Amino acid sequence: MKPACKSCTKEHEKTNYLHMKQQIIEILTELRPEFDFTQDVDFIEAGMLDSFDVIMLVNTLDEKLGISIDGMDVVPENFSSAEKIEALLKKNGVK
Amino acid sequence: MQINVTEYLDRTVQLFPNKTAIDDIHKSLTFSQVKKQAQALAGLIIEQGLLNKPVAVYMQKGCDMVVSFAAINYSGNFYVPVDLKSPESRIKNTFDSLYSKVVITNKANHDKLKSFFKGRIILIEDAEQHSSVREDLIQKQLEQVIDTDPVYSIFTSGSTGNPKGVVISHRGVIDYIDWAISTFNINEKAIIANQAPFYFDNSTLDLYLMFGAGATLVIVPEEHYAFPAKLIDLLNEKKINFVFWVPFVLINVANYKLLEQKKPEYLEKILFAGEVMPNKHLNYWRKNLPDCLYANLYGPTEITVDSTYYIVDREFSDEEPLPIGKPCRNSGILILTDDNRAGKVNEMGELCVRGSSLAMGYYNDFEKTAKAFVQNPLNIHYPEMIYRTGDTAYWNERGEVMYVGRKDFQIKHNGYRIELGEIENAVLGTELVDVTCVVYDSANKEIVMFYQAADELSIGEFRKKILLFIPKYMVPTKYHRLEKFPLSANGKIDRLKLAEMIDIVKR
Repeated sequence: MKPACKSCTKEHEKTNYLHMKQQIIEILTELRPEFDFTQDVDFIEAGMLDSFDVIMLVNTLDEKLGISIDGMDVVPENFSSAEKIEALLKKNGVK
Repeated sequence: MQINVTEYLDRTVQLFPNKTAIDDIHKSLTFSQVKKQAQALAGLIIEQGLLNKPVAVYMQKGCDMVVSFAAINYSGNFYVPVDLKSPESRIKNTFDSLYSKVVITNKANHDKLKSFFKGRIILIEDAEQHSSVREDLIQKQLEQVIDTDPVYSIFTSGSTGNPKGVVISHRGVIDYIDWAISTFNINEKAIIANQAPFYFDNSTLDLYLMFGAGATLVIVPEEHYAFPAKLIDLLNEKKINFVFWVPFVLINVANYKLLEQKKPEYLEKILFAGEVMPNKHLNYWRKNLPDCLYANLYGPTEITVDSTYYIVDREFSDEEPLPIGKPCRNSGILILTDDNRAGKVNEMGELCVRGSSLAMGYYNDFEKTAKAFVQNPLNIHYPEMIYRTGDTAYWNERGEVMYVGRKDFQIKHNGYRIELGEIENAVLGTELVDVTCVVYDSANKEIVMFYQAADELSIGEFRKKILLFIPKYMVPTKYHRLEKFPLSANGKIDRLKLAEMIDIVKR
């Protein structure tokens, strides 16, 4: 059995899908280790991701997940929280 | 004869008093409002008894900051824009090197400023209540200012750790702006989207096309540059027809392939400078917006923004380099070989600049000034200063200047001019590593740090500490711990070896 996903309380068996949020938080933390991305704030409004970070983030997600996020979807609403980023990835077919 | 930049505003107010001068999304001001507010604020500065002295401006980019600049110039002094996101210690350094007595801020930033600045603080809100304008006092101050006196000072990264204040004269700005207005045919119909931070001298063009040609300046909030789709919407909403941006922004739009889906409908002129613009991305823009004028500008802060320009007039393949073109009117370019000869066609040398727009030097630093601003070695007859840029370049067969790279450890990263030495000083300042060497991976646009330390760094802790010394855009994003640094024959750290270790593609 794989370890429990830190971002939620349940234990999961088949994991990739449910660990997506955790993965996103890891990528964000690697980008800006000085911030806590598990807190419940708007990443953009709180200044945790600036313009360079967003570009790096989109590049990283594209590369790691083999997707190509549409530029039209690169809007603040889709990057304000780990859940929003997760929704964007799902839209791009990431499971 | 114009000798002071405030004459631009005086003239434009006569022509277009009720036209929008600045729009920062939250509020907008007409030319006559800008002048009235600036002159009221100038009165408060004059009361401090300053003339030809630096006055820093500590606030967010917006209408109030532009008003402050004009006010400082009306008061017979020169402005120093501060990067609010810069760490406090770095801002304090700047104030110390200026011997700053007076800083302008607003209520929102007052307490923070007061916590580390002990001089006199002028609140812009006080001037708004203080509506009486003493034109006679302003006149008296301006009568003492000549065109070689400073108009602003902008700080750039310094290799020993302390930023240097480049002092620019009124003459420099007038020389530059008059060239820009005639070369790019700018008038009051221009609507400009500003991207450059005001502590970055590219903003000089935006600001003074507004003051000088009566153009409208739209100050775009920074987050729009992270989200280019939003940016294009704003360009259309504000009917933007002129931009002068760092290539980074244009590259970003191209990488997202946005222009097929969303076009800036009103854009006519697209200028860029600050770092190399790859033809690959420029070609994408040219294909999608074929009717726009594209111009590549080049120049260090020390020559008042730009000294050469190239209006794109022919096809380039994606891999070809874009020329930086020919000298701006009234600027002279020399390409000097190592033995101080004028470089022939295709012969590389150091790009040097001469002309009225040369900076006066670095504030309170005669030593560094004397190193960079030197006698023209080709002129042995009378004193003539040139500025040695440290950039390597050559003339091509068409008589255009081609940029090659740097002679030293200065880099351009996302449009920011950075001395690797300043980063290294800050890395050591964290006291978390014993030895460090920072190199730039230009292929992947990353600042890479090699270090020697007893333990592997905790990156979170490291970044928190280093952000106390340098702004975020200077912080390394790749980290490699080494047991031992490779040394060159003379016992110095071998940067070339390090560069090879991360497969940096050398030019």
